[in-house]
Amino acid sequence: MKKFLTKLAQYNRSYPIIPSVIMGLLIIAAIFAPLVATHDPIQGYLGDREIPPMWLDGGSSEHILGTDQQGKDLYSRVVYGARISMIIVLTVTVVGASVGTALGIIAGWYGKHIDEFIMRLVDFTLAVPFILVALVVVIVFGQSFGMVIGLLAVFSWNGFARQIRADSLQIKSTEYVLSAKVAGASTFRIMAKHIFPGVINTMTVVATLRVGGLILSEAILSFLGAGIPKPTPAWGLMVADGRDYLGTSWWIAFFPGLAIFLLVLSSNFLGDWLRDKLDPRLRQLS
Amino acid sequence: MLRFFIRRIIYMIAVVVLVTLFVFVLSRASGDPRTVFMNEYTTQEQWDKWGEEWGLDKPVIVQYWIWLKEAAQGNLGNSLRENRPVLEVILERIPATLELAAGSFIFAIVVGIPGGVISAVNRGSALDYFGRVFALFGQALPPFWLGIMLILIFSVELNLLPTGRRGGIDHFILPCITLGWLTASGLLRIVRSSMLEVMDSEYIKLARAKGVSNSIVVWKHAFRNALIAPLTMAALIFVAFLTGAVVTETVFAWPGIGRLAVTSVSSLDLAVLSGVVMILTSLYVIVNFITDLLYAVIDPRIRLT
Repeated sequence: MKKFLTKLAQYNRSYPIIPSVIMGLLIIAAIFAPLVATHDPIQGYLGDREIPPMWLDGGSSEHILGTDQQGKDLYSRVVYGARISMIIVLTVTVVGASVGTALGIIAGWYGKHIDEFIMRLVDFTLAVPFILVALVVVIVFGQSFGMVIGLLAVFSWNGFARQIRADSLQIKSTEYVLSAKVAGASTFRIMAKHIFPGVINTMTVVATLRVGGLILSEAILSFLGAGIPKPTPAWGLMVADGRDYLGTSWWIAFFPGLAIFLLVLSSNFLGDWLRDKLDPRLRQLS
Repeated sequence: MLRFFIRRIIYMIAVVVLVTLFVFVLSRASGDPRTVFMNEYTTQEQWDKWGEEWGLDKPVIVQYWIWLKEAAQGNLGNSLRENRPVLEVILERIPATLELAAGSFIFAIVVGIPGGVISAVNRGSALDYFGRVFALFGQALPPFWLGIMLILIFSVELNLLPTGRRGGIDHFILPCITLGWLTASGLLRIVRSSMLEVMDSEYIKLARAKGVSNSIVVWKHAFRNALIAPLTMAALIFVAFLTGAVVTETVFAWPGIGRLAVTSVSSLDLAVLSGVVMILTSLYVIVNFITDLLYAVIDPRIRLT
C-alpha cells in the first residue's frame, strides 16, 4: 500500500495526468457548453424541482445530477458555470499579467522613486481586505459581471509586479542588456526585446499559481451576493442557493462546490508542477 | 532604526488615508447624504441648512477633511438600518469575531505545527501523505462550501453538532475548522519544509552523532529553528482570519463584524460597511507595523531599510 502510494505520488509529480484530465474536461465543458449541457441552465420547470441525482431513489437519467429548487437542471448549470469561471479567469489573468508585468519591468528598470512608488502600491493592494472592498463597491455601484472582473483585476497584478521586478533587476545588469544600451537601443526596445523574454517564465508560473486563488475569490464574492448577479449559473451563487435546501436536497449545494474544489485543486497541482518544470527558484511562491 | 521607524509610520498613515479616501469618495458617489433624511415635507431651506451644517457646500477635499476629523474622534455616522451610531453597532459585534478568530487560530496552530513536524520526521510515510493531502485540500476547498458540507454531515445527517450561532464550546467546532483549515494547511506546509531543511543541517547531524535521543533532536534542536519561518506568518494569519470571517460568519450565522458587513450590503447600509472596512484596515496596518518592528528588534540581521 505504502509502496503503491509512493509510486502514485512520484508518477503524478512527473506526469500530472489526473489534474490535467479534470482541467481538460472542465475546459471542454466551458467551450462547448451548449453541446455538453442537456438543458437550459436558466429556465427551469417548477414541476421538476428538487429531483435527486440519477443514481438515487427518485432520480432519472433525464437530470443526471438532479434539479434545484426551481427545477433547473443541475448538471447543465454546472457545465455553464465552468464557462463563467473560465471567462473570468482568462480575462482577469490577461489584465493582471499585462499590467503587473509592465509595472514590474518598469520598477526594476528605473529603480529609485518609481520603484519605491510601485512597490508601495503593491503593499497597499495587499493591505486592503479585498472582500470588504468588493462589498463597498457593490453597495455603491450594484452587482454586475464587469464589476467582478474589474475588482479581481485590481487585486491581481500585484504578484506579477513583485516577482517580475526582481527578475528585471537581475536582467538589467546582464552583459546583453548593457550591450544593447551601448548600441543605442531605446529604453522601450530594451524592455520589450531584451527584458520581457527573460521574465516570460516567471509570468507564466505566477499566472498558473494564481488561477486557484482567482476562482476561489470569484466564488466567494458570488456566494456572498457581491459577485455575479442572478440568475447566471456561477458556481458560488449555486452553492448559496442550495444552502437553504440542505435538509431536503443536499445535491443543490454539493455539486457546484465540488466543481470549484476540483478545478482549484487541479489548477494548484498544475501550477506547482509547472513551477518545478520552468523555474524551481520560485518555490517560495507556492 | 529611527529612520526605519519613521518610514514605516509614514507608510502606515498613507495606507489609512488612501483607504479612508476611497471609502469617502465612494460614499459620496453613492449619492447626496441628505436624501436619506429627505421626505415630502422637506423644504428647500431645510435642505440648504443641512448642506451648510454638514459642509456639503464646500469643496470635496474639505468635506473629506471634516469627515476624517469626525472619524478620528470615533464618529462614523449613523447606521441607516438601526438608526444608532455606527461605532456602537460595530463594537457590539467585535467580541464574537475575536472569539471565532481565536478559536480558529488555536485550531490552525494545534493542527498545522505538530502536523508539519510529524509529516517531516516521517517523510514518505502514510502519515506524511495524510498531512500533505490535508494541506492540498485546505488550499483548494472553497470555505463557504466546506462550512456547508460540515453542517450537512455533522448537523443535518449525524445530528452531532449545532448548525451555527454563538454558544457553548460545541458551537465553535465547525466554524473554527472552516476558518482555520486553510491556515493550518499553510502552517503545515511551511513547518514541514523548514523542518526538512533543518533536519538536514550540520548541527542536527552533530547532535545525532553525539548520541542525543531522537525526540530531543526533533523537538529541541530542529523544531525551535523551524519555528522561525511560521512566526513570520503571524500578520498574514491575522488578515486571513479577518477576511475569512466574512464567509464563515455568513455560513454559520455568527453574529460578528463579518456577517454585519454582508448584511449591510443587502440593507444598503453604507455607513456601517465603511466603518467595518476602516476599522479592519487600520487594525491590519497597525498589526503589520508592530510585527515589522518586533522583527527588527528580535532579529538584528533584518536590514532596517
